[in-house]
Amino acid sequence: MNKFLVCDTASVPGELPRGSAPLFGFARLLRRFGFAIAPEQAIAFMQAVTLLGPRSMDDIRRSAVATFAPAPERRVEFDALFESWFHGEARVNIEGEGQDEDEPQIKDNSDTAEEETGPVQEETGGELTSGTEQLSIRAFANDGLRLDALERKLGSALPCRRSFRTVRTATGKNLDIRRSMRKILSADGDIPSPQLRRQQRVPRRLLLLLDVSGSMKLHTEDYLKVAYAAVHGTGRAEVFCFGTRLTRLTSALRIRNREQALAQAAALVEDWDGGTRIGGTLLAFLSVPRFSAFARGAVVVILSDALERGEPTEMESAFRRFAASAHRLSLATPLAGDPRFRPETEALRAILPTLDDLVDGSSVAGLTKFLLSLGRAAPQIETMSGRGL
Amino acid sequence: MAHGVDAMATSPEAVMSRLSQLHYLADESLATAIFLAIRLGKPLLLEGAPGVGKTEAAKAVAEALGRDLVRLQCYEGIDAAHALYEWNYQRQLLAIRQAGEAEIDIYGDRFLIARPLLQVLQSPEQRVLLVDEIDRSDHEFEALLLEFLSDFQISIPERGTICAAARPLVVLTSNRTRELAEALRRRCVYHWIGYPDADREAAIIMARAGDVARETALAVAGAVRDIRARPLAKPPGIAEAIEWANAATILEKGGSPWPEAFRRAIGVLIKDEEDVHHIEPEMGRIIEAAMS
Repeated sequence: MNKFLVCDTASVPGELPRGSAPLFGFARLLRRFGFAIAPEQAIAFMQAVTLLGPRSMDDIRRSAVATFAPAPERRVEFDALFESWFHGEARVNIEGEGQDEDEPQIKDNSDTAEEETGPVQEETGGELTSGTEQLSIRAFANDGLRLDALERKLGSALPCRRSFRTVRTATGKNLDIRRSMRKILSADGDIPSPQLRRQQRVPRRLLLLLDVSGSMKLHTEDYLKVAYAAVHGTGRAEVFCFGTRLTRLTSALRIRNREQALAQAAALVEDWDGGTRIGGTLLAFLSVPRFSAFARGAVVVILSDALERGEPTEMESAFRRFAASAHRLSLATPLAGDPRFRPETEALRAILPTLDDLVDGSSVAGLTKFLLSLGRAAPQIETMSGRGL
Repeated sequence: MAHGVDAMATSPEAVMSRLSQLHYLADESLATAIFLAIRLGKPLLLEGAPGVGKTEAAKAVAEALGRDLVRLQCYEGIDAAHALYEWNYQRQLLAIRQAGEAEIDIYGDRFLIARPLLQVLQSPEQRVLLVDEIDRSDHEFEALLLEFLSDFQISIPERGTICAAARPLVVLTSNRTRELAEALRRRCVYHWIGYPDADREAAIIMARAGDVARETALAVAGAVRDIRARPLAKPPGIAEAIEWANAATILEKGGSPWPEAFRRAIGVLIKDEEDVHHIEPEMGRIIEAAMS
């Protein structure tokens, strides 16, 4: 236990033995680095270490992993912190070490929202009166309204499936025997009108896959906003973006404040405006069981121009797999905004039979309209190819 | 049954050796997690890809402790009536009718159908509760479970609260198809089961399969490891690897020479038509590399 005593120890509360200071300190270190550690977890950690002996550092490491339960994707970070804390190889600088330890780390969004009230207008004279500037402002305002509408209405606009659960209803055929029984008892054995139930309907999950490659540069910002509205409009949306690699954005976009959420999501993506490997990244998505489960029975909307370099076979097999597991597979491409657009590239021709919809993804207006129409049946293939295949 | 706990939970090594007697080969960190879960009286949360032996771990622990395993399979829409208790309404109605004018208690034990969680509470010493694939249930059920796991009690309005005399051992498994609530993770001892390394996997195959030669097990473990590194729709789990080793051995005894036997038994390893297409041309090379 000598090793502990040389470690940099923070103050130990109460009657805990001095040797336990580093253990206590490690829990605090994790909190500083954004791991959610409850007091009871810290207690369980110390109990675990005591139970195990501890005979070696591995015992301490294993009890830390078992009790603090770091998410697998943060495991590397967790191990690095463990190394640096207990082995002191690279000392971690803790910012604000002197602060109150127990201060909860809550980010109050309302304050920052007030501070970040758009760019300050510095134009003087008539600079603001130019026609183009007005136009763009108005378009933005309209888009804002559309996104608000999307957030409000999306929850009820998604297609539904029947759940195992039942809800009470006034008409129907299925007897709710539990409630009927209670009714009978409260009525002293009289049999009042029967209580009925029917199966509940729940909206399907919405899976948005955003293409952030260089060729989509103009649209990625709009797409992120749509994705934000979708995540907040329905609790069951998942958002990923792909270019040369795959990034999950759902948790970043769940942040209440819109600017913060978008900034956080943008910071997560490492392959902005890079190359495209649509087929490869989509296959990678499908090969992670946890992710491919998101697509099962879901409404999958892929926002991409589907301009794949090289052989489209990978992309075709990825789309076929999506089509096989999804309830509905749609491709929204900004190229379709052009009235002269024909799905004639090799890749598009290959994936067309797997798609339920091929729609215009060039504007927020088109996209929101499409997302809100998802609850209705997909148009027949003839209407879809009305653009003259 | 305290004997089982005493014999097993003295140290992680004891857990490991007891489990390996039952043909479940746990690595050190899993053994530590199981040991801690038993001794701290906390639920054990096992996460990992499909087919790495999460459910098997729970079965092995139950067997090692000499307790019955009560399994609660989660699915979307599972609710209190499926997990906690339900009244037998038909029987209640019949009893009311039979009783006529006489007084009758329709909330007696004979009208109560105990579902898995209640069964476990009624005799925690004899049961291990396995809550399988908790990620498939919805948030409402997770909240319900949270209440159960924190106090180990269930409230039945007509009967009052039923508490467990001792803390039962609970094992939760998750495939991580969605993230679990922090509150749930926090209450548990956590372990992520990854794919084992080739040596351990070979040992697992030897322990679990019928009569498989050591060379076969090693070759299977090597090849499976190679196959898992590829982008497949359904990467093979440990269970598939065991079946593959078994099937190849049977084929070999039936007269197929070695590399051919592996190739012909591919259907038990990879169960997706596209994956088979994807992997077939390279199969020869993978097996050769693994057998050398």
